[in-house]
Amino acid sequence: MVNQPVPAARSQQQLIELLDVSVTFGRNPVLRDIRLSVPRGQTLVIIGESGCGKTVILKTMIGLVRPTRGQVTFDGNDINKLTEKELTHERIRFGYLFQGAALFDSLTVGQNVAFPLREHTDNDDHAIQDAVISRLAAVGLPESVINKKPAELSGGMRKRVGLARALALSPEVVLYDEPTTGLDPIMSDVINELILRTRSEHPVTSVVVTHDMHTARKVADRVIMVYPLSRLEPDEPQIIFDGKPELLDRSGDPRVTQFVQGEAGERLMEMRKMADLRLANQR
Amino acid sequence: MSEWIADLGELVIDWVATVGDVAEFFFRTLSWLAMRMPRRDTLLPNFYQIGVLSFPVVALTGTFIGMVLAVQSHSQFRQLHLETRLGAVINMSLVRELGPVLAATMLAGRVGSAMAAELGTMRVTEQIDALSSMGANPIQYLVVPRFLACLVLIPTLTIMADFMGVAGGFAYAVFGLGIDSNHYWQNSQDYVGAFDLFSGVFKSLFFGAAIGLISCYRGFHCDPGAEGVGRAATSAFVISFVLILVLDFFLGIALDGIYLSIWPEGVRLL
Repeated sequence: MVNQPVPAARSQQQLIELLDVSVTFGRNPVLRDIRLSVPRGQTLVIIGESGCGKTVILKTMIGLVRPTRGQVTFDGNDINKLTEKELTHERIRFGYLFQGAALFDSLTVGQNVAFPLREHTDNDDHAIQDAVISRLAAVGLPESVINKKPAELSGGMRKRVGLARALALSPEVVLYDEPTTGLDPIMSDVINELILRTRSEHPVTSVVVTHDMHTARKVADRVIMVYPLSRLEPDEPQIIFDGKPELLDRSGDPRVTQFVQGEAGERLMEMRKMADLRLANQR
Repeated sequence: MSEWIADLGELVIDWVATVGDVAEFFFRTLSWLAMRMPRRDTLLPNFYQIGVLSFPVVALTGTFIGMVLAVQSHSQFRQLHLETRLGAVINMSLVRELGPVLAATMLAGRVGSAMAAELGTMRVTEQIDALSSMGANPIQYLVVPRFLACLVLIPTLTIMADFMGVAGGFAYAVFGLGIDSNHYWQNSQDYVGAFDLFSGVFKSLFFGAAIGLISCYRGFHCDPGAEGVGRAATSAFVISFVLILVLDFFLGIALDGIYLSIWPEGVRLL
């Protein structure tokens, strides 16, 4: 069990650190001994196939998932040892864009974007309204969407409202969970541009979870690739690539190349064999 | 055999863990309730949903329970020439048992399943995680207003169901069966006391708490997908219903004990 304090000088550089983090849901291990540091100002992209634990890594960073073993620190503090009040204080330094945007169905678009402002600022209604309009404009949405319900919006608009809400309090860290999944290529690139613009407008540390290689190459300072535990030997590390995006094509690891080039390879045959095996066991 | 014992052990462990989880959820809800009252804008929509929108269906339930009681008991009482005592029986059954239990059952179906489905959908679509990520406590923001609304409004709706049942029973007995209204009320007044009304409303306080707690817990711990949400809504109703009956039994024994310790003679029908 790793639970030692992080040296101060190191934690100042590294804003988020995962120290030998393992996560198990019930009997299903998802992450094993993940060791990862995110320096201030970096845009880290986490790639990997579906179900490999990318989103779980993102959720452990903000304390939405507690590691079964290991330690997660944010700005030098163990996020899982904070009191409720301290955790709230730390969480408002984050903005989180969820995969399906996770807008509150019962609230209008305006109320969704205003939510963090109402919770954590003393601004009056007028100031909040102005802030909402400017946040929506920043993601390219007109004032007319303010009174709409999330269900009335398209997928791309919902993602942009989610981004406006995530950025409402000008957070130091923005976590993006599959920001372009389910969007058309043009809207995907709009989201990529918004990620880049957010970074250029104020210094922000970003962690982007995606399996969209276009997004990875376009926004990343650094890319890591996570591999599903079920396909690894017990002593193999789960992070199989860690480097600049331009090195992805030269990694030399066939698993990375297969993912980056989007090739099925022997995977279909493997899946069929597994299914046959399960069927035989059932019989 | 050993596999069977292992399965049973696993089931017991799961069950104990769930009971512990529910208890922790309950104490977290209570501690947030004690620490900070929910904001008006989170409280009012829940009061509207649970109270105002349930009004017609609970009123209808109450009215028909009263009328059905009059229909069912009349033929029996007529054989003994005790028709005028109908008021006592109908009103006593209503305020002590049927009003609170059937109103709570109706509300477990209407309100409890809806709450579990709504919170379950919020869990599945990561809206609960979104609340946490924005530094808002989901228990304080989502559970406390619903729990409070159930706790306050289910007893209030029970009083209304009792009233409508009394009115329905009276209307059918007097206008439908031709029973003398003066005797009907006189017998009711002699037999049904304030304690009876109190015991029904007191029980409904527990029913309200049970519906609020179980429905919110099932919604919060919903399995993924549409199937998970459906299962959460169904199980919220089933567990609430079973809990209402179990609580009714034990609270009935306790309240009878209290009643008999205050009035050892009890009240005689004849």
